[in-house]
Amino acid sequence: MTTLIKNGTAYVDGAFVKKDILIEDKLITRIEDKINEPAEKVIDAKGMHVFPGFVDIHVHLRDPGQTYKEDIVSGTRSAARGGFTSLCAMPNTDPVVDNIATVDYIQRRAKDLGSAKVYVIGAMTKKSEGLEISEMATMKSDGIVAVSDDGKCVQNAKLMLNCMRYATNFGLPLIVHAEDYNLSGSGQIHAGKIALKLGLTGIPALAEEVIISRDIMLAENTGSRLHIAHISTARSIELVREAKQLGFNITCEVTPHHLILTEDACLGFDTNTKMKPPLRTEADRQACVQALKDGIIDCIATDHAPHADFEKVREFDHAPFGVIGLETAFPALYHHLVKPGHISLERIVDALTSVPASLLDLPPSALKIGYPADICLVDLNQETSFEPEEIASKSKNTPWLNQKLSGKVIYTILDGRITWEAI
Amino acid sequence: MDSLPQFVGRNLYDLDDYSAEEIMYILEAARGMKEINLRQYKKIPTLRGKTVCTLFVENSTRTRMSFELAASRLSADVVSFQATVSSLQKGESLQDTVYTLDAMGIDLYCIRHSSPGSPQLVHKYSGKPVINGGDGRHAHPTQALLDIFSIWEKLGSLEGLKITIVGDILNSRVVRSNLIGMKKLGADVTVCGPRTLMPGGMEEIYGCRVEYNLPEALKDADVVMGLRMQLERMTEGLFPSLEEYSKHYVLSKDTIKFAKKDALIMHPGPMNRGVEILPEIADSDHSIIVEQVANGVAVRMALMFLILGGKL
Repeated sequence: MTTLIKNGTAYVDGAFVKKDILIEDKLITRIEDKINEPAEKVIDAKGMHVFPGFVDIHVHLRDPGQTYKEDIVSGTRSAARGGFTSLCAMPNTDPVVDNIATVDYIQRRAKDLGSAKVYVIGAMTKKSEGLEISEMATMKSDGIVAVSDDGKCVQNAKLMLNCMRYATNFGLPLIVHAEDYNLSGSGQIHAGKIALKLGLTGIPALAEEVIISRDIMLAENTGSRLHIAHISTARSIELVREAKQLGFNITCEVTPHHLILTEDACLGFDTNTKMKPPLRTEADRQACVQALKDGIIDCIATDHAPHADFEKVREFDHAPFGVIGLETAFPALYHHLVKPGHISLERIVDALTSVPASLLDLPPSALKIGYPADICLVDLNQETSFEPEEIASKSKNTPWLNQKLSGKVIYTILDGRITWEAI
Repeated sequence: MDSLPQFVGRNLYDLDDYSAEEIMYILEAARGMKEINLRQYKKIPTLRGKTVCTLFVENSTRTRMSFELAASRLSADVVSFQATVSSLQKGESLQDTVYTLDAMGIDLYCIRHSSPGSPQLVHKYSGKPVINGGDGRHAHPTQALLDIFSIWEKLGSLEGLKITIVGDILNSRVVRSNLIGMKKLGADVTVCGPRTLMPGGMEEIYGCRVEYNLPEALKDADVVMGLRMQLERMTEGLFPSLEEYSKHYVLSKDTIKFAKKDALIMHPGPMNRGVEILPEIADSDHSIIVEQVANGVAVRMALMFLILGGKL
């Protein structure tokens, strides 16, 4: 099978250039100004941008165990609609991914039925209960790319210290969801002016910052590779900045919603604005954008967290935390940050491709000869809408529900095969 | 006022949706209703054929009775749905409960729920007007209206009054709604309590004064309102003991002397005598605590009358 992408603006070696791209079987074989060779499939990409396939290192596929919210088929299809070709699945499924049988199940189903490459993150502690270290070395030999108890946070500092020592022994990065449970308590949204107005219990910024502070010190002590998931406060960013300046192996990600929305979005009690960490203040949001520009925040990850409609239509404090993000990620980032000039398109694309892949040692995502043909084509001028029936995910819990955003993914190509084609 | 305020079909989630003029209009209507409550035969036929549902997902006998009496005195039919949050959590969702009730033909819902924002959900699923009878720590607008009515009735106006509210500000929906309403009518409000029971940002959000010291907070107050101190705050680690709380924040002869000599004494009830207020103050000549309860029925009658478009 050969596919030729003609007349597009391709992101090659950090620059946007007019190039044609030839795909033969699974690989990119030629990138040239003009390719006139006949191909079985020719895509006219005039007016489109050609990006490497996006990589999301923070996705909840809910499979096994909660397939009414999402499964590997629908989740990877949602990824394809969003331009993603690789994703890392978080282990908080049912059962938890703390054993090779579950790792195998996810890998096999994704390989057989998936519309994206799925890499598995193993649990850091057994059942992610925060009590005993998981069999991470066994899971590593089965292919896990990192360990995390995401959604939960190991509260016991001694156990966390040992998790770091042990993971580092086997060359595994650790991904931490930073939340001190005593400080977050029964909190629903950021402990700020909106929580006060709405009478909702707050989750203070300190709940995140105290754990990040702790884990940076533990990582310093153990020399581990520590990746901080979904960073959300200005002070957290300062902690990471300092740690990086001291040369520690600390990286972090930010979600599109923390880059774009603030606690103000919660004013109407929309449960699609309820997630952990919560949407923070405007000052925090601006700090996130600035840190992404500066490189203190390394990459963008969606924290795609599907929940069924019947779970989210509940009273605000009874609704589960989390929003989906794979399909809205690029359009929301482009529409709200790139188009108004707050950040460059290059930085956004890097933060969605090469950088996240490098953090977890995934195969690189780039438009390069000999690389896998993982590619997405986007029309920046076309709008894409998020009516429930247009969303590919099984769940519809997005703060951008029913909204239109510019930056429409027209094609997604995985190993040379088209996994998404907008009609 | 250019035209009469329109109330028919509106929701009352909190007082921020209502202008000062509209609040005054409600107070005037409540004054008329209060007169009805003093008659020998306390009933008018204005809402005959309308059905009011009290949907109480959090226990409150007093507030529910007040709503139900108000509806009965206007001749509406009243149905009462009572559940605990846990029973709703285990079984039917609030959405299904409202669909079920709505199928029976409800015209107005009065809801009490521990979850902030639940009145909005009831309206969303029923399409019918909703009066918020208290949603978590968020709002309690009928309590605020009856408090404001009580002050207005005694003192004629809230403009320029110094009102001091003392107690657990953090967990109080009464304070939040009162602050919104009282500020709209031109009062200067001070809130007072220990730092652990005082949320940050009160000044910025509500334009009130924050004081941690009781005598300082009471200085020159025209109105003093105590709040119920709940024992569970102790187990939440917010204060060490009722005794110590009382030593610093009780309304007593010793502390109330810092307020104006004839300051009105108020409390939304139920009171913890000896904790936040001493009997010498609760039962004093300046206390209007019992009258607040009577005014509550009148205010709720006025609201139902206006929202359901009753005719006199």
